[in-house]
Amino acid sequence: MIRAEKLTYDYERLDEEGNVESKKRAVDHVDLHIRPGKFIAILGHNGSGKSTLAKHINAILTPTEGTLWVDGMDTKEEDKLWDIRQDAGMVFQNPDNQIIGTIVEEDVGFGPENLGVPTDEIWRRVEESLDAVGMLKYRHHSPNKLSGGQKQRVAIAGVMAMHPRCIVLDEPTAMLDPVGRKSVIRTAQKLNREEGITIILITHYMEEVVEADHVFVMDEGKVVMQGNPKEIFSQVEALKKLRLDVPQATLLAYELQKRGLPLPDGILSIEELVDELCQLKSKM
Amino acid sequence: MSIKVENVNYTYAEGTAYEIHALKDINLEIPDGQFIGLIGHTGSGKSTLVQHLNGLVKATSGKIYFNGKNIYGEKYSMKELRSQVGLVFQYPEHQLFEINVLSDVCFGPRNLGCSQEEAEKKAREALRMVGMGEEYEKRSPFELSGGQKRRVAIAGVLAMDPQVLILDEPTAGLDPKGRDEILDQIELLQKERGITVVLVSHSMEDVARYVDRIIVMNHGEVRFDGAPGEVFRHYRELEEIGLAAPQMTYLMQGLKDRGADIDTDVTTIEEAADAVMHWLKSE
Repeated sequence: MIRAEKLTYDYERLDEEGNVESKKRAVDHVDLHIRPGKFIAILGHNGSGKSTLAKHINAILTPTEGTLWVDGMDTKEEDKLWDIRQDAGMVFQNPDNQIIGTIVEEDVGFGPENLGVPTDEIWRRVEESLDAVGMLKYRHHSPNKLSGGQKQRVAIAGVMAMHPRCIVLDEPTAMLDPVGRKSVIRTAQKLNREEGITIILITHYMEEVVEADHVFVMDEGKVVMQGNPKEIFSQVEALKKLRLDVPQATLLAYELQKRGLPLPDGILSIEELVDELCQLKSKM
Repeated sequence: MSIKVENVNYTYAEGTAYEIHALKDINLEIPDGQFIGLIGHTGSGKSTLVQHLNGLVKATSGKIYFNGKNIYGEKYSMKELRSQVGLVFQYPEHQLFEINVLSDVCFGPRNLGCSQEEAEKKAREALRMVGMGEEYEKRSPFELSGGQKRRVAIAGVLAMDPQVLILDEPTAGLDPKGRDEILDQIELLQKERGITVVLVSHSMEDVARYVDRIIVMNHGEVRFDGAPGEVFRHYRELEEIGLAAPQMTYLMQGLKDRGADIDTDVTTIEEAADAVMHWLKSE
């Protein structure tokens, strides 16, 4: 689905005459291979290069060096731009910056309309996408009156209506309350499971990552750790050094291990930890 | 006592078709030096409430007293109130505008009538308080990382020497370390300088870890008000109004449901570890 080879990106700072004054390497020789239908998470501190990497996936940025292919299409080929953007949609952090329609269904229809999809088909897609994110009953509402989580789900529906094979979500829950956060993550999981859409989720909330198939951790533009959530979150100290964290259940298990309890590594959820603790108690 | 809110109501667009009753009969007392967490789903009225506390929005009815004085009184100086009740908005780094960090932080005290020299002194102090060293003073605020920019913006408010510091989601979008650094710094300020802090947050874990008291807003009303352990006991009701309890509360409930005799008022990792060890060692 997505393949990167030695992907490198430099931000250039220009002086007043437009000459390059300095360069900052944001992504540094990243190799990566994401198979279709996977749920992928990317972690990394602010400035680690994860958003820059994500912006390459739908060709908002193109590599300074190296190559990125979306479904076999090189993002540097300009005539493929629209195909790439249709294939890999993107949802951003701030729900208020990405909604343009005055009515929910118009907003969702904007993408396919822009692609030249026939009107009947647009309506069919709008209905199907709003249904998939659980927002169908709000189709005639004004987006202004929706909560943050609902707005993000409308933004996801807008991407869905373009029939992408992959959706990149760049911190989609950073501005949401707990219930809004949960509804957005559940929507992404559902699209992944039921529609087979590849999901790439960038987040600072560790709890949102525990059900991912694979996790990439970035630091200084490089992929410094990768594996399944259990493998990644077993490395509590290494993650803390990278300014990251682990889920609360993992953190408590780690604290209890330090106090001498024989708990296994890589406990990710509250339910797992409850089971393990009850087993320990029954042996005492 | 520092702030007293009495029967405050606020209605947006009163008398039009778009009328919204954003605050309904709010009564609160906030004593000096308390660390308060203000939680509520999007649109619950928490931002409207904090904007009342420094006079940015005037109540439709009701009274607010700051240090015993009615802020809606005829001779009351709103300028003074705003210097004493500092409000840090969401994404405050979007409001940085000066050519360098020091001038940006000087803006507030200069505006309050401090001399340049005095303003710089206060600005330097404020920058130290948020952990920004001298080496950043002459840098452009736009060259800094997200967490650093946010700290400069908070310093801009601290430089006015507020007695009350209100922060509206100060950690949104920051990485976990950046989040901890900012909250640790705020906790230190609250402890060392005795300032009152009101933290508006969507993170139940952060609120559980730092605050003495939680105020929960829902549909413009105060729904719960108490210590974290007490408030999170109502986790089912909190879920119904768009919130949640910290993960640790769910763990303790999970253990209790399986028959464990364990303290379920626990909200932080340390407390949970203590409670689990205590339970495992008990008969």
